[in-house]
Amino acid sequence: MIRSELLKNLYPILEKHFVVCNIGLPSQELHQLGDRENFFYMLGTMGLSSSIGFGLALNQPQTIISIDGDGSVLTNLGTLSTIGNNDADNYILFIVDNGSYGSTGDQPTYAGGRTSLTEVAKACGCENVVECQDTEGPATLQAAIDSKKKTVIVCKCESGNIKLPVIDTDPVVIRHRFMAALDAANS
Amino acid sequence: MSISDKLVNDLAANQVNFVTTVPCKQLGGVIDGIEKHADIKHVPCNKEDEGIGLCAGAWMGGTRPAIIMQNTAIGVTVNTLVTLTQFYRMPLPMLISYRGELREPVSCQVEMAVHTKALLDQLLIPTYHFHQESDAEEFDTILKYCFMSKKPVAILTDANFWGGY
Repeated sequence: MIRSELLKNLYPILEKHFVVCNIGLPSQELHQLGDRENFFYMLGTMGLSSSIGFGLALNQPQTIISIDGDGSVLTNLGTLSTIGNNDADNYILFIVDNGSYGSTGDQPTYAGGRTSLTEVAKACGCENVVECQDTEGPATLQAAIDSKKKTVIVCKCESGNIKLPVIDTDPVVIRHRFMAALDAANS
Repeated sequence: MSISDKLVNDLAANQVNFVTTVPCKQLGGVIDGIEKHADIKHVPCNKEDEGIGLCAGAWMGGTRPAIIMQNTAIGVTVNTLVTLTQFYRMPLPMLISYRGELREPVSCQVEMAVHTKALLDQLLIPTYHFHQESDAEEFDTILKYCFMSKKPVAILTDANFWGGY
């Protein structure tokens, strides 16, 4: 199963929650599955999906899910220490670990080599770290939401991409409607 | 009141309730004050671009953020400032230790200091330079301007402002 298929299987869960989605194809795939105001698409800034999502979780009560990739987490590895050392039980980091930089043409990442992001997350102080296979992704995510515990999920899948158009929605529109939906949910 | 306490009080008075920091000797008193302030959540970050990501999330979550860092961070955060903070039009006060200016003892710091204002100018980031202690009187107004304009704003505080390194 490649990431686009995994996201399709996750979509019935994701559509009900506030999601920060990683730059490039992950955001394009989520957008194609069904554009929603509770999805914050990153149009740039590789590596910060986890940081933006964690900043959100630390400052309001709704569950926040960051969809990230193994390559993007590797560019911002310090994020796992920040997540591990600060409390936000409404936060879930869902790492799609396909061992490759998908949006740039599936060049291999070190996470596909000897590096285990699961072990890195544990060593950084994250208490609830779950590694799963692609078929287990939806059930693992739902269990993390239901647990109401800060959770890092490392979901293994195959590398590979589908062709999709870029998102042309204005970034201020994406941000504004996301904030309005979050504010309404918290009111 | 110490100058550090004044800056912390101005942040709190402007409802800045989330601050991320990297360590700094000059800004140490401000960082201590933030850590102790009951109304401010302090989350140290490992690198400044990570911190700007946290601040973006905080602001979208309804909390006014700020970041405390050194001017060397401008070299680290250009892409994040441009493609996240500016592209999505978000406010971000950046309280910056301006290393490498007058009374700086470490020569390497000067190498980044000479580029700092040019980089901020190139990025069209409103920039204020605190050189005398009295310059801090504008901090409250600068914070209001930052959140009104929804832009990143830089406040450079040099060694002279802090009374010597």
